[in-house]
Amino acid sequence: MSEPSTTTILSTSRNNCAAWCACLLALVLTTLTPWQTATADDEILRKVAVADPYLEMHTGPGRGYPIFHVVDRGDQVEILLQRTDWYQVRTDRGIEGWVDQAQMELTLNPDGSEVDFVTADLGDFTNARWEAGVLAGDFGGANIVSLYGGYSVNPHVSVEVWGSQILGNFSNGWMGSVNVVHETWPDWRFSPFFTLGAGVIHTSPKSTIIQGDDRTDEIAHVGAGFRVYASRRFLLRVEYKSYVVFTSRDENEEVEEWKAGFAFFF
Amino acid sequence: MESRFRVLFLIGCVLTLSGCGIFGDKEAPPPASEPPGQVVDPEVERREIKEAKIDREDFEVGAFAGIMSIEDFGSDTVYGVKLAYHVTEGFFVEASVGQTEAGKTSFEQLSGGALLFEDRDLTYYNLNLGYNVLPGEVFIGEGRAYNTNFYLIAGLGSTSFADDDRFTVNFGAGFRFLLTDSVAIHADFRDHLFDVDILGREKTTHNLEGTIGVSVFF
Repeated sequence: MSEPSTTTILSTSRNNCAAWCACLLALVLTTLTPWQTATADDEILRKVAVADPYLEMHTGPGRGYPIFHVVDRGDQVEILLQRTDWYQVRTDRGIEGWVDQAQMELTLNPDGSEVDFVTADLGDFTNARWEAGVLAGDFGGANIVSLYGGYSVNPHVSVEVWGSQILGNFSNGWMGSVNVVHETWPDWRFSPFFTLGAGVIHTSPKSTIIQGDDRTDEIAHVGAGFRVYASRRFLLRVEYKSYVVFTSRDENEEVEEWKAGFAFFF
Repeated sequence: MESRFRVLFLIGCVLTLSGCGIFGDKEAPPPASEPPGQVVDPEVERREIKEAKIDREDFEVGAFAGIMSIEDFGSDTVYGVKLAYHVTEGFFVEASVGQTEAGKTSFEQLSGGALLFEDRDLTYYNLNLGYNVLPGEVFIGEGRAYNTNFYLIAGLGSTSFADDDRFTVNFGAGFRFLLTDSVAIHADFRDHLFDVDILGREKTTHNLEGTIGVSVFF
């Protein structure tokens, strides 16, 4: 009886392997396909006609760079690339330069319709699915540097994964946790949130301190903070968390944490 | 009486109508002519250029090498990689990782063989915020102009040195020279500040680093 069961396990693991490969292939294909279609119809969508009396071309992607060429109304330009709020364009005569977003918005499609340049705004701050950021601060007297990534289930609720490095005077360590975040007013520019989470903390005493062993403990925390929309895809974040470390000793340890940093949504 | 009223009413009507007719003739456009100022046909289907269709180049990836001086431990070559995201034309965020090797302190050299610690590698990572303070152009000869940026940068991170991870603050300045619109050469100068307690008393050390690197926008 034991033999067939072993075979079954083997075959499932092989199936798992095949399934993983298929998944990976599907992922590669799905990521490649939109890119290919995008390049296919790029030619038509990338050309815009100047609707303003003129389009000013700068030598670089910044306000201070001088204007070296002007494209007249009605002439067409080809958009080559975008960097921050600047677009690199090429005229019919092959002259390349940088145009700012405000001027690009006044251009027209070849058929005369308006061009819509999609930019991130407060609405995206509320509704964006993904968020990633960096925060630093104080963790019970030690320094802490944290990275996080989050996924919004809906505008109010998101799930976040955190990884932190703790650097103290007597010990160092790392911490990993999973949080649920609730935002009561996600459409506010200053959006307050509450968070609950659990994870693990690993601490190792500094090498200059002779006594003490490395240890790993479970943690749970509650917290609150603010997400503040800055500009484009950029937000600032300030938060407070209160941790309970479930140590193997008789008493649990409580740690307070204050952090500030920035994040992006996309 | 009634007929007189009717006559007055009729005269009034005629005058009003004729008046309307006169002014109407002046104001109404000739029916055959095209309405002026109508350039964009509102019936045209609106087509949007989505941002995804335009090649965005806000990220910058690069590698660098140079010299890093570790306070009390001499200088050695440092090398590393970095990734930056340009948020606006001014601000950018950057993450970098670098590695160098610690030399011997004068004590270690004089004592002949006795080392303060075994693992001589110094590895750091940091997360920084930079600002392009002086964007500009440089000219090589008569016909060539290259875009440049002088930036200030500061951030936090950790340095793994002498068997411990040390909280590190770094700040400095750099010069970005754009060879093409997508390829740049960097010259960076940074000061990494972290506490060291291996030589008895704990002290904050200044560890200066000068590097040259290449980066690509994507």
